[in-house]
Amino acid sequence: MSFINLKNVVKVYPDGTQAILNSSLSIEKGELVVFVGPSGCGKSTLLRMIAGLEDVTEGEIDLDGNRINEIDPSERDIAMVFQNYALYPHMSVYNNIAYGLRSRGIKKLEIEAQVTNVSELLQIGDLLSKKPGQLSGGQRQRVAMGRAIARDPKVFLFDEPLSNLDAKLRVQVRLEIKKLQRKMGTTSIFVTHDQTEAMTLGDRLVVMNKGVMEQVGTPMEIYYHPKTKFVAEFIGTPSMNFITGSIKDKTFKASSFAVPAKYEDKDDVILGVRPEDISITKATTGVKCKVELIEKLGSSTVIYCVDMKENQLCVSTQSRASVEVGDTIHISTNNKALHFFDRETSKALTK
Amino acid sequence: MINRLTQMFAHFILLLGVLLMVIPIWLAFTSSTHDNVTLITEGMQWYPGPLFIENYDEVLNEKGGFSEEITATGMLINSFIMGLGIATLKVIISMMAAYSLVYFRFRLATPIFWFIFITLLVPLEVRIFPSYKIVSDIGLTNSYTGLVLPLVASATAVFFFRQFYKSVPDELLESAKLDGANSWRFFIDFLVPLSKTMIAAMFIFMFVFGYSQYLWPLLMTTDEKYWTVVMGMKLIYVELYEGVSLPRVGQRFAYIILSIIPPVLIVVLLQRWFIKGLIQTEK
Repeated sequence: MSFINLKNVVKVYPDGTQAILNSSLSIEKGELVVFVGPSGCGKSTLLRMIAGLEDVTEGEIDLDGNRINEIDPSERDIAMVFQNYALYPHMSVYNNIAYGLRSRGIKKLEIEAQVTNVSELLQIGDLLSKKPGQLSGGQRQRVAMGRAIARDPKVFLFDEPLSNLDAKLRVQVRLEIKKLQRKMGTTSIFVTHDQTEAMTLGDRLVVMNKGVMEQVGTPMEIYYHPKTKFVAEFIGTPSMNFITGSIKDKTFKASSFAVPAKYEDKDDVILGVRPEDISITKATTGVKCKVELIEKLGSSTVIYCVDMKENQLCVSTQSRASVEVGDTIHISTNNKALHFFDRETSKALTK
Repeated sequence: MINRLTQMFAHFILLLGVLLMVIPIWLAFTSSTHDNVTLITEGMQWYPGPLFIENYDEVLNEKGGFSEEITATGMLINSFIMGLGIATLKVIISMMAAYSLVYFRFRLATPIFWFIFITLLVPLEVRIFPSYKIVSDIGLTNSYTGLVLPLVASATAVFFFRQFYKSVPDELLESAKLDGANSWRFFIDFLVPLSKTMIAAMFIFMFVFGYSQYLWPLLMTTDEKYWTVVMGMKLIYVELYEGVSLPRVGQRFAYIILSIIPPVLIVVLLQRWFIKGLIQTEK
């Protein structure tokens, strides 16, 4: 039996909006699962349902073997870090961390020990007497984490906790969260719209779109074997290239090129190729393209080009390609890294 | 140069305003320290006179009223109790009413709020007879409870607290819930400390409102023990005038000065707190 179980969970708001459509998921103890998806996909709603801040319209949520649908959030033993941290503005950092312990009737000495512990772990010892208004964004984030950790809850929930930090700090805190979660071994759910964050943090990802769990799996599974076009497009930067065509005689034919495809014959197929699986060939055998735009990122170069039939393509290369805007280049793909999707259902083709 | 000039002009206007407000009080104070002959023959006095202690002692301790049961000290205490009682209960009740209106999403919360709001338009004087009837039926005339209780519901304060609670971010409540706070604890541990400044402001307004009530205590109290300062203002004039050959103008001024002290005290005390709260709770 898994630690957290979502069974056919549905969320419909009173105004009729369907936020979550029939979603099931099992999370093992100690796992860090990331809900990722574009804004409005229902990832936060699902998280809030687990926290008990939103009612469950249909289905069941189990935590540690018990149904928690009807249990008050204060009784669920779940801690949450909010996007804006929701620190208590009138309390010192110490009291912010201690509040949850106090309301659970823990003895004063124990609280003191626990707060000291947590503040050492997060290196916020010298902030304990300050009020949240006097802290910087990064410090507030730490305090919010400290507040969650102090209670040693069954589950941590993170609702986009990094989105208010600057880019550099975000990477740093991301690493810290990962380390901390490993160290404490507490089951955690992390919500984000940032796919890099999702890929780096999660043991498993849940990619969501419009209230549906599109795919659940490890970051690598999702990256290399996306089950739907949405997942393929959402995960990975720059985004995957899509070219429409059809499959006939084990060959995918697009308007300007053909590649081998070991699938049954089918019209209306979408080919997906990641930019890093496309390379520039020196020979003139590949697909001929005209370079429109170049982004030099230092570690890699992203080249946007169009082929002779006006298909937009994006190529990412590690090498310092000496290509200029307006050049004509020839590209070829790694045939093992091709993804095929049904154009109607957007699902990946199966053999 | 221009900046300096405008600044000086602004200060001039402000000073004018200050003088306009302070001069009458100063005049009343200085006049309260002179004997009645001087006041009647020469008018109000600009400089303090020799009779400060005598006049104030007379006003504070002379028994007044028909049965001579009340002194100005007694009336000051009564008024203070009334003002304090009304302000405290008003703040508590309005906070709780606003809390239930904002955080417990029961049906009809909005209509109920607007209904409360409408009562703003109905002054106490309009409902004074029904109120009197009810209070006298319960037998609360001539008691502090009777003085305070009918005045403790306040649409204004409910409105202000409601607007404030609505501005408190939802995450705070959610976070507190996850931290194990029930609705009572959320109120006490979060909303009360967060609305400190609001409470101070409301308390000042409501104290002055309660303190300056005239008609209600006049109706309510037949027993002189419960007379309030504002009532006394009228009574002391009539009573003191009839007793002696000369109108005791000096004592009257002394009485007025004394009656101002409690509200001023409350404002001065709470204003400090008010400003302190304003500086500290930046969100």
